[in-house]
Amino acid sequence: MGVKLLLDKAHIEGIRYYDAYRKNGGYTAVEKAFKTMNPEAIVEEVKKSGLRGRGGAGFPTGMKWSFIAKPEGIPRHLICNADESEPGTFKDRYLMEFIPHLLIEGLIISSYALGSNVTYIYIRGEYAWIPDILEQAIHEARANGWLGKNILGSGFDCEIYVHRGAGAYICGEETALIESLEGKRGNPRIKPPFPALKGVWDRPTVVNNVETLAAVVPVINIGGEAYAKIGVGRSAGTKLISACGNINKPGVYEIDMTISVEEFIYSDEYCGGIAKGKRLKACIPGGSSVPILPANLLLKTAKGETRYMNYESLSDGGFATGSMMGSGGFIVLDEDQCVVKHTYTLARFYRHESCGQCSPCREGTLWMDKILKNIETGKGKKTDIDLLWDVQRRIEGNTICPLGDAAAWPVAAAIRHFRDEFEWHVNHPQECLVRNFGLAHYADPREVVA
Amino acid sequence: MAEEKKLFKVTIDGITIEVEPGTTILNAARQIGGEVTPPAMCYYSKLKNSGGKCRTCLVEVAAGSAADPRPMPKLVASCRTTVMDGMVVKNTTSDRVLDARQGVVEFLLINHPIDCPICDQAGECDLQDLSYAHGADASRFDFQKRTFIKHNLGPYIQLHMTRCIMCFRCVYVADQVTNKRVHGVLERGDHAEIATYIEKALDNDFIGNVIDVCPVGALTDRTFRFKSRVWFTKPVKAHRNCSKCCGKVHAWLRGDEVLRVTGRKDQWGEVEDWICNECRFERKNINDWIVEGPAEINRHSVISQGHYSGKVGTTKPAETFSKVMNGRQPNLLMNIHSVSGVNPPGLNLAALPGPAHSTDFVKKKEINDKPSPEVK
Repeated sequence: MGVKLLLDKAHIEGIRYYDAYRKNGGYTAVEKAFKTMNPEAIVEEVKKSGLRGRGGAGFPTGMKWSFIAKPEGIPRHLICNADESEPGTFKDRYLMEFIPHLLIEGLIISSYALGSNVTYIYIRGEYAWIPDILEQAIHEARANGWLGKNILGSGFDCEIYVHRGAGAYICGEETALIESLEGKRGNPRIKPPFPALKGVWDRPTVVNNVETLAAVVPVINIGGEAYAKIGVGRSAGTKLISACGNINKPGVYEIDMTISVEEFIYSDEYCGGIAKGKRLKACIPGGSSVPILPANLLLKTAKGETRYMNYESLSDGGFATGSMMGSGGFIVLDEDQCVVKHTYTLARFYRHESCGQCSPCREGTLWMDKILKNIETGKGKKTDIDLLWDVQRRIEGNTICPLGDAAAWPVAAAIRHFRDEFEWHVNHPQECLVRNFGLAHYADPREVVA
Repeated sequence: MAEEKKLFKVTIDGITIEVEPGTTILNAARQIGGEVTPPAMCYYSKLKNSGGKCRTCLVEVAAGSAADPRPMPKLVASCRTTVMDGMVVKNTTSDRVLDARQGVVEFLLINHPIDCPICDQAGECDLQDLSYAHGADASRFDFQKRTFIKHNLGPYIQLHMTRCIMCFRCVYVADQVTNKRVHGVLERGDHAEIATYIEKALDNDFIGNVIDVCPVGALTDRTFRFKSRVWFTKPVKAHRNCSKCCGKVHAWLRGDEVLRVTGRKDQWGEVEDWICNECRFERKNINDWIVEGPAEINRHSVISQGHYSGKVGTTKPAETFSKVMNGRQPNLLMNIHSVSGVNPPGLNLAALPGPAHSTDFVKKKEINDKPSPEVK
């Protein structure tokens, strides 16, 4: 069993409610933070912990917090990004639904550290039932003196508001989220200025993922240095992975970033192997926008080393032979899955979710979607694959926000690793409608070894 | 005494210029002018917050600043990136930039109808210029294009969304020039469109300016639609006393007829000052206007063809022929008539009644009553 810091109490009955949460050591981190530490010390502690943003980019949280501008007389804000819309990622939902007080506790500490008197939780519109759970938790916390005026006699006031989004993936991008929170159309802003300088209502703002803020609680509880010791190198602490796809046990798992990908997929403690005894074909290790990896590159890096479930190991080899930790949406594809269809599904998603502000993303996602649809339905041409490559290349890096990159990367990786499957689709327009390319030569590396 | 402001030194395509801190790369390049200026489809210097969307002005920053000379990893939108002291920018000298720009032009054109032959904007269209400069000769997009139906936004403005490139300029105009915005962007992604939510007329005294800022033919002047191609009209500077606006306009004339009125545009295609609807749409009589003189039009523009010998590059080249000949008469090297069997010198075709036939050449001696003049 690996170390569990976030979900260690998830099994306790009634943990969703204040009484059970408090009885099991809840809100001790707030007590510790407010009574023994000042805001600077908390930021310092988070810096020491090496906690990295769990939303996808993996930016060190402590450093992000230290960037926030502190002009006199202007309020600062903390926003919790609960707009978890990435296909394959559902870790925040689990956290908010079952242990909402952990997030509230993390928010109180973080608000104190950043000096945010009004803190927002921006939650995606599709999570229709969760705002009620969160508001219930906020109500309980306020009733017990953890929120409101003069928390624990520290002189610090804090209120938390839950704001529902309207179901746009793009509002998970921090500046689009800020625009949406302000009541405007959720279009990403052009950076700079960064939110740390001018965020919501032009006030200094920090936007953090749900899991990041929840992870502040164990950081304060066990101390930054102890937290940094869990995990490997710069991948400190534990990470929630939402595993789905063709595995025996889909679900949310907390890992301590020292286990290998192979162990994560095949051990009974985690995914429990590929469903129905099939073989592994490919996997997207960090949510839909990160590059897909074929089985041979997933379990071993290009250098032949074992690949581990952490930020560094997953991105080993760059985009040529590696991927990214991303947001932790672990999607497993077995031998019967069609990579072309899968890529088409993702392209369709990004086309639908592009905000339409900047031209490469607006037109490029549409174009990729149309080409992929043709290839998938047996109408593709041989030149389409190169064209697709060219289109994604010209989207990547040329857009305002990372959605363009997120749309381009899965397509690029699919062509890079599964080009022969695309070619097979183009060359066998009839056959591709009735059967899949299958595993082909991407033999399961476990079999090759055996 | 005011302290002299420290100027930032920025190098664009090898040309160094000193600009005030806070200037964007695009504006620094515009101060240099010419080739180094990146094209801009959505940026409009008179509109706050505009720019950053079309991505045609992407440039490469080879060195961030003198203090931190690291290059920026991504191409940056020059219209929204401010210069740093010692910044080195590559625009047309960077292959990456040219490739990305070509990509952006291709993206902009995949859903653009390219109906220039029937588009009122043709001849003064930013997208047309851009695709001439950076576009490919053929499209690789072989799908049906996105189309919308045309909407009349009130009596003066027609919106043809099919041509729109989503620069957001008209939205900013409505926000910043008029007191109430009734149109905006609906939907998102590739189906985003400029619209009034439930069909409404745009009736504001200054809303006509959306036509001037539109880089393509999406918003057109209904009082001018299909009246004339812009290059058949002559732009003149004109003004009138207007209680609402500055009254300084370009009047586009055919003879003495005022076909259309627009704001005065500078060399970057941006209006110098906003004009009101009354000046733009209602004053179509030459007597309403005091004509100042010909408007300055870029000599590369199709509009400037042979119209004026005005100030901007439209002067005819100086007569140099007599100078280089040094008083000598021009001399033909050879009189081809004397050697040509096809058109013999003895035959005066002008004297023939009707068209010449082969028989005329055979019978030449009989008709030849007046020899064609010899050229010395």
